Amino acid sequence: MELVMKRKIAYVNLTTGQITKKVIPREMRMLYLGGRGINSYLRYNLIEPKIDPISPENVLFFGAGLLGGIPCMGSARTDVAGKSPLTNAVGSTNMGGFFATELRQAGFDHLVFMGRASKPVYLSINNDDIQIKDATHVWGKDTVETQNIIRADNSDEEIKFALIGQAGEHLVRYANVMTGIKNSAGRTGMGCLMGSKNLKAVAVRGTDGYEVAHPDELLEYCKEIDDMITSTKWAKASGRWGTLIIFNNTNTSGLLRTKNFQLNSMQDCKDLEAENIDRYSVGVAGCNNCSVHCRHRYVLKEGPYAPFYDEGPEYTTQGAFGSEVNCKSFETLLVTNHLVNRYGLDTLEAGSLIAWAIELYEKGILTDKLTDGRRLEWGDDQLVLDLIRQISFREGTLGNLLAEGCVRAAEQIGPEALKYSIDVKGMQNLQSDERATPSLALGIATSTRGSDHLRGRPAYDLYGLPEEALEAVVGGPQSSDYTSYVGKSRLVWHQEILYAVTDAIGTCKFQTRFLGFNMPNWDEFSKLIYLTTDMQISKAQLMEIGTRIYTIERLFNNREGFTRKDDTLNERYFTEPNPIGLPRTRGRYIDREQFEKMLDEYYAQYKWDENGVPTPETLKNLKLDKEPSHIL
Amino acid sequence: MQHILFVDPEKCSGCRKCETACSLHHEKTINPALARIHVAKWETSGLYLPIVCLHCESPICETICPVKAISRDQKTGAVVIDSNTCVGCRLCAIYCPFAGSRINAKTGKPVKCNLCDGDPTCIKFCEPKALQYVDATAANLIKSKNAANRFQELMEKLITVKS
Repeated sequence: MELVMKRKIAYVNLTTGQITKKVIPREMRMLYLGGRGINSYLRYNLIEPKIDPISPENVLFFGAGLLGGIPCMGSARTDVAGKSPLTNAVGSTNMGGFFATELRQAGFDHLVFMGRASKPVYLSINNDDIQIKDATHVWGKDTVETQNIIRADNSDEEIKFALIGQAGEHLVRYANVMTGIKNSAGRTGMGCLMGSKNLKAVAVRGTDGYEVAHPDELLEYCKEIDDMITSTKWAKASGRWGTLIIFNNTNTSGLLRTKNFQLNSMQDCKDLEAENIDRYSVGVAGCNNCSVHCRHRYVLKEGPYAPFYDEGPEYTTQGAFGSEVNCKSFETLLVTNHLVNRYGLDTLEAGSLIAWAIELYEKGILTDKLTDGRRLEWGDDQLVLDLIRQISFREGTLGNLLAEGCVRAAEQIGPEALKYSIDVKGMQNLQSDERATPSLALGIATSTRGSDHLRGRPAYDLYGLPEEALEAVVGGPQSSDYTSYVGKSRLVWHQEILYAVTDAIGTCKFQTRFLGFNMPNWDEFSKLIYLTTDMQISKAQLMEIGTRIYTIERLFNNREGFTRKDDTLNERYFTEPNPIGLPRTRGRYIDREQFEKMLDEYYAQYKWDENGVPTPETLKNLKLDKEPSHIL
Repeated sequence: MQHILFVDPEKCSGCRKCETACSLHHEKTINPALARIHVAKWETSGLYLPIVCLHCESPICETICPVKAISRDQKTGAVVIDSNTCVGCRLCAIYCPFAGSRINAKTGKPVKCNLCDGDPTCIKFCEPKALQYVDATAANLIKSKNAANRFQELMEKLITVKS
């Protein structure tokens, strides 16, 4: 039994087969904690500038958070990182489930994959024993089949996986890394990177466990944190309906991207609302150490794809295969969710790209030549279902085209095409329509991994909370009006560094300040870190760590050639007002001048210059002036 | 009235926080493999079943233990192993039909739930209330209510079909 601070990092060279293990030094913990923090350090240090992201030079990282495994806040998140094959920017994505805790039980916090295997392999970890094993027999299998086969091969039902489906094998640029039935590290194409290394799966079994610094106090405090979370109304609503409930709210308000970007609310879509899940649900499911259980277990008994069992679907899928493509069937959601889980495809990217293609077809920009003669129309459920398969397997001209993501696809479609692509830095937006919400708009524009609602989203900005309370949270003047620009850059900055730390300790964002500012945050993190590891890290130090993580990610993107001009939105955000929605939402669009001003304030908040480049003084203060320093 | 550890598998979300909390309480470590409770999961069909000592009225483990190390704690009603007397033959673990006695992988000796001396840790961490510590009457009531709910659903379906 080893202490939590003795967790190791394993370097696996898939070209040579060499495996090296090393204890993660304490100084690295003090600077980056773990999870996404240490991954961000490794990414900047181990990936050479300007490499081709699907070449063997790219490096793939898995990281468990510093608090992974403790009994509260869904402490089981895995951060998967590299250089994104979709965007060439930071590749970073996060999944729940049980993988991170199992990895920690085995003695490891971080895995680094370099090179490329000459044939399909999987990495087997059984406590300290690490082996590269043949995966030829599971290549071509979907995510669930693969897990079943490898579990049977090793006669162990409890093996936990991080793996790819067919989409990753076919190098779809936004393929997922999956674990379990539906937990996905979905964004930035880390499944594509995994596939490019011929790495089908990481299969972990850990029974060694680890010791914490103050076990009795930790147990007691975890219970306190748990009560803090479960006593809130949103936790009860999420636990009952899952993230599906968000759809009902955003659609009513006019914050729901519909028909790509033509509308901001969907009509006649009762069948997509959260309550429909009850017709198929057999219960709820939670990730390891979670008290919220924000997803359903469901069975679809009838129809051409049935019968099957799966988990979900999420709010993201309601947009991707509901509002964006104007499909109005709940059963279509259940099937699409099932297919993307099995094939290992990012639901958000796929749905949004399909919606983009339909709009391009409608406008005559995408023609029959690239669709193999198929007509692309709104509300065609079968088209969506077919395209999920065609993208995942790169079948047909259109499937193969969309598998490349918007930037590369546009090179073939024509220069007009990108005008209609609702993306930032080459990655598609969530279905939330941010034209009425400057804070959410800024958050997706500045996200280090391309358009993203989980990098800095202050969702509680929508609640109209008292300004004094908001000011106390973020330390500066705040408007409680979600359509206002006042103080919102500071709000986004605060959320970005908070989530950077959340991802570094490996807890669930849903159980921090995602939906409410009175959820666990800095002080609670600080105390949990102390009780678990004995490290005393104050709130101020944690904020500095969050800033460091975000800044080193920024450094990576800057090194790849990204600049201020990439921190923006699709032109339509500035020129097309919201056509419908509640009075407060209707007619809104992002004011370009105010947006640029927000961006100035945002950079200043990080002490970066007006081009979004960290100043030498800032780098020195954040102890980033000697990077790459190659400590790990 | 004696309290009992009541398991309601239909409510289990499969999060296994009970395992983490149990290992932290009893073993002072984060190691579900050493927990006294285990959630058996059929992940691909969505069935979750918490497996823990049921503290039987006529415990097979107590009968079979050759050194009489197993007895009932009169205060809590828990069937407990006296680790000083236990010789580690593991017969209790072999014969328990519910896998209530588990073998500690570190010591090789059997361990089992002792209801945390009357204040079970796992139930405090079970948000869906798949695990509850209630008196027998309350446990019966919960079972009746569950059965009645299922019956009601069935009746509703029948009525819908007829009309």
